[in-house]
Amino acid sequence: MFWLIQIIKLGVRSLLLHKMRSALTVLGIVFGVCSVIAMLSIGEGASQEAQERIRALGTNNIIIRAVKPPDVGASEEKSRLVKYGLKFADASAIRKTIDEIDLVTPMRDVRKDVRFRDKSFDARVIGTVPEYIQLMDWRVAKGRFVTQVDQSKTANICVLGQAAAKKLFGFYEPIGNDVKVGNEYYRVVGVMAPRAIMGGASTDLDKDVYIPLATAYYRFGEVIMSLSSGSFDIEQIQLQQINVRVKDVSDVVAAAQSIEALLKKKHTKRDYELMVPLELLQQAEETKRIFNIVLGSIAGISLLVGGIGIMNIMLATITERTREIGIRRALGARKRDITVQFLVETIVLAGFGGILGIGLGIIIPHLVSKYAEMRTVVTPESLILSFGISAVIGVLFGLYPAWRAANMDPIEALRHE
Amino acid sequence: MAIADIKELTKIYQMGRVEVEALRGVSVSIESGEYCSIMGQSGSGKSTLLNLLGCLDRPTSGQYFLGGEDVSQMSDDELSEIRSLSLGFIFQSYNLIPQLTVLENIEVPLFYQRVARRARRRRSEELADVVGLSHRADHRPMELSGGQQQRVAIARALVNDPLVILADEPTGNLDTTTSEEILALLQKLHEEGKTIITVTHDEAVALQTQRIIQLKDGEVQKDERVDAVPDT
Repeated sequence: MFWLIQIIKLGVRSLLLHKMRSALTVLGIVFGVCSVIAMLSIGEGASQEAQERIRALGTNNIIIRAVKPPDVGASEEKSRLVKYGLKFADASAIRKTIDEIDLVTPMRDVRKDVRFRDKSFDARVIGTVPEYIQLMDWRVAKGRFVTQVDQSKTANICVLGQAAAKKLFGFYEPIGNDVKVGNEYYRVVGVMAPRAIMGGASTDLDKDVYIPLATAYYRFGEVIMSLSSGSFDIEQIQLQQINVRVKDVSDVVAAAQSIEALLKKKHTKRDYELMVPLELLQQAEETKRIFNIVLGSIAGISLLVGGIGIMNIMLATITERTREIGIRRALGARKRDITVQFLVETIVLAGFGGILGIGLGIIIPHLVSKYAEMRTVVTPESLILSFGISAVIGVLFGLYPAWRAANMDPIEALRHE
Repeated sequence: MAIADIKELTKIYQMGRVEVEALRGVSVSIESGEYCSIMGQSGSGKSTLLNLLGCLDRPTSGQYFLGGEDVSQMSDDELSEIRSLSLGFIFQSYNLIPQLTVLENIEVPLFYQRVARRARRRRSEELADVVGLSHRADHRPMELSGGQQQRVAIARALVNDPLVILADEPTGNLDTTTSEEILALLQKLHEEGKTIITVTHDEAVALQTQRIIQLKDGEVQKDERVDAVPDT
């Protein structure tokens, strides 16, 4: 043990003789290790974000969405009325025929101007059923959600998303106040808890406004008019979305297939699409794996380049120190003593580079997440992995120069100028 | 008793397709405590003989008994061990390791004997004192004069208390005054009972020794005792 420490000290001193050269050599490994860690952390961060986003949709859930079929409209050029989408009948059929499912929440959404006193914004107003909150595994921050009683009374009440409440009311108390949605007034009965993890504008649930489904149907009807490319588009649609929760996560894929088969029978056009978060999650995991392999290999190559740099320098060092090798051999060093001496020098270089690289590899992702607002996650595995690789590279690329040094003819080496 | 005894030593080098016979059956016996010199023109085989005596190389044929042990057919590791335990080297160009201090340079043979650090340090300090360099103990070789460097090398050659000290042109790089100092130091070591073999082509150096072995074309041409030089 003490022996090894002495050899390491000796190695460090020899390396310090050429500070610039050693520093540049180390740099190769530093960048290699730090790029491995940084790349893996960025990959890991992106994948965790994606997974959380998907998980927020619920791994037990299946989301069925109405889509405008591509062929309609073109043939019916004159009548701009497009009839498509999910029906109330679809929702009840799903509920009745598929055993694996637990909850079904039909949803109807319209874009309406929502106003309170002088503040207003264009919100997505979602008509839904009481089970929605349960299906989304969500809760209210204040007040209550839509109830069965609201449904049967087609009550003019609404529940605001966290961001929507802040926008309209600021620091005022929203509950009990009336907001104007379109042309009607709705009493605010609750505010949802924040759903912060949802990223992206289109999926920002915090900005939504919830009303009872029955009220939505009663007030807004089935027809939506919108202005697009200079003319009115009129769409007739009952439901934009049906969310389904499956009791057991292992039945999700089977349930999705049953729903698909059921809808295929009921719809003549393909005006719906199924989204299975669980499948997306599996895809995301697969994507992450590929992403990691690609990033890892790129970074690995830079480590390899660093390793070759070390080998190159060590070979030069050995030529330069041929005389020293000869002296040591003459004074009793065995071949293996010389091997160990130079191997240790290489490992010290690579190890030092590895440690610096880890330091930098922790700092860089930190800066990336701070300034680029990208999530990065430095996993302990990536630290161990990259340090391990740099150590292995030290040994691997040190072995050949050390072997060369050890196998020099001592007589020739002593004569070397 | 012969401490270094070589019998019918031959060495053939393969230089490409040509075989070069560097030594053609050299037999020399050196007694313990002897101070002798090997002389010869370049190409006479004296370097080859020195390398063989120094266990840096193996003979093509013949035997070499060092301290009664046949070292002529030993493995590389065994030869390394013999070098670290039983031989001391003094070179023409000192051959100190530049990144080590004086004391550390003296210690190198002990390092490869796995002698503990403290014991090594004690011994090297002792020898720095013997060669009169205690005050330069922590200097690097580059900071010393040629004579001082050679004295470090002599201390290093003594550190393992070797059976034989081999000196290869020990004064070759030094001026006359310093040469005399070094030769006086070797003389002193001889008087203390060390066995010293010097390789030189300088007659003045050779005449300091007790015995001159003349090599020519890989054979011993002359092997004679030097009569005490009359002081004039």
